[in-house]
Amino acid sequence: MKRTLASQIIASHTTDPVKEGAICRVSVDFAFVNDITAPPAIDAMAAMGRSRVFDRKRCAIIPDHFTPNKDIASAEQAKKSRIFASEQKMLYWEVGRAGIEHAMLPEKGHILPGDIVLGADSHTCTGGAMGAFSTGMGSTDLAGAWATGETWLMVPPTVRIDFRGSISRHITGKDLILAVLREISVQGARYMALEFGGDALASMSMDHRFTVANMAVEAGGKAGLFVPDETTLAYAEARASRPFTARYPDEGCEYAKRVEIDVDKLTPLVAAPHSPDNVRPASTFGDTEIQQVFIGSCTNGRLEDMAAAASVLEGKKVHPSVRCIVIPASYEVYNACLEKGYIRTFTEAGAAVCTPTCGPCLGGHMGILAEGERCVSTSNRNFVGRMGHPKSEVYLASPVTAAWSAVKGHIADPAQEEA
Amino acid sequence: MRGKAWKFGDHVDTDVIIPARYLVTADPETLGAHCMEDGDPDFAKKISQGDIIIGGENFGCGSSREHAPIAIKGAGISCVIAKSFARIFFRNSINVGLPIFVCPEAAERISQGDEVTADMEVGVISDETTGESWTVPAFPEYLRGIIAAGGLVPFVASGAGR
Repeated sequence: MKRTLASQIIASHTTDPVKEGAICRVSVDFAFVNDITAPPAIDAMAAMGRSRVFDRKRCAIIPDHFTPNKDIASAEQAKKSRIFASEQKMLYWEVGRAGIEHAMLPEKGHILPGDIVLGADSHTCTGGAMGAFSTGMGSTDLAGAWATGETWLMVPPTVRIDFRGSISRHITGKDLILAVLREISVQGARYMALEFGGDALASMSMDHRFTVANMAVEAGGKAGLFVPDETTLAYAEARASRPFTARYPDEGCEYAKRVEIDVDKLTPLVAAPHSPDNVRPASTFGDTEIQQVFIGSCTNGRLEDMAAAASVLEGKKVHPSVRCIVIPASYEVYNACLEKGYIRTFTEAGAAVCTPTCGPCLGGHMGILAEGERCVSTSNRNFVGRMGHPKSEVYLASPVTAAWSAVKGHIADPAQEEA
Repeated sequence: MRGKAWKFGDHVDTDVIIPARYLVTADPETLGAHCMEDGDPDFAKKISQGDIIIGGENFGCGSSREHAPIAIKGAGISCVIAKSFARIFFRNSINVGLPIFVCPEAAERISQGDEVTADMEVGVISDETTGESWTVPAFPEYLRGIIAAGGLVPFVASGAGR
């Protein structure tokens, strides 16, 4: 039987028959939660009557959502996480070391090609950039995986996306995934896996791939897997915390659907409120005034995202009526930004630079929107009330588009600004 | 299960079901008081115990927060009937014991305010106001095992989840 990449990875982790639609019990390579999803997982594990996680080097808690703690209630949740992690001697990073889970875990070599990874966070699909089957679940499912080292998965059909051409300064990983969402909609891959390939991968660094895989869930996808290549393997080998075996789709395997994206024909894209598939060219928004720009998140808080934003803001000023909030997604990224001078570029431009956190992306803290305010954000969701007041608006865009919008005070098209 | 139908459209997301600003607790009653708040600020006050949510396509899309089905349960909703569910919400509902029904026909035909009954064991949904009823296909055997055990916690505790 010829297998897609998702099916191939599931087959290497189970003794059950693997065919589309079948439910398989699979072994889990890595399982993590964050400060919001940890407390219910900790309670569920206790209720399951299990006292130890299955492998303390494969189970992690990353406090990243409401941290540094935004109020007493979130501090109590973080405390519960910290005490449990300490008792279990499992992987845990305290504020000052903890980056956003989906940025930090691949950096530290915990998500590797061929893995099955579970995270109690929907953007766990980000790990698909590594050629892993990495998928989000709820806290109770995570507790089950912590307790047993296994979970159940329904073998998903796969939608194959081929990117043709090459990315460029204005057409980034973000524009590619927004193009995919425009094409297949927010439920185009519901209960399916996305598999990314095509000749454009040769032009795509890991940072761009993480951005693309990150928003697979916005298409309803259970995972978004990049077929591993030299770029993947070089990144993984330099960082791996344990041995791994990369997997590949069989030639001639069957896909539920095939989509080709001609990257060379794309223009910078923006997803307008209140759905990530409400995608239009950045050039079509006229002078839509904005009050905030957020550059960061598990989608676009990596070094190349910071470099792109810094290259726009270098020697310029953030528009007087805009607050621009920049949040590197991890300390590896933060320290690299310091070394390269990006942090100074941001602050001299009049942007606020904050410590790694999910913060404003989910309306947590460090940049909540008031009624009627508009934000251009490099994050992944623009649902009603996502970043604050139910009558605020979020426009999703790449770091280049967001940085230009910060300078201009309205949604800007980088291709026009730099023409 | 029997209750009044509260009808919603497609793509009801988890930020609408329970906004992130309330995720500083996992207590069902506290979360329930804010259920659907950003879609309808008075929803939790208007419903009665046992009422039923009717969703469109992709109900529960977005975040992995288990707080979403917990909030719906905590508000007093007895079950959700939808054309389709987002997959994490689907798993979470089974795990926390919120009954869900995938039934596009029922979700299409049932109107706001209709009196609805739903029986998971026999797999039948009835609109008592119009007299229509629908058969719902059973979940796969493995999932029926989790549901029969009372959710994933007792399922794993019993050793069935190994």
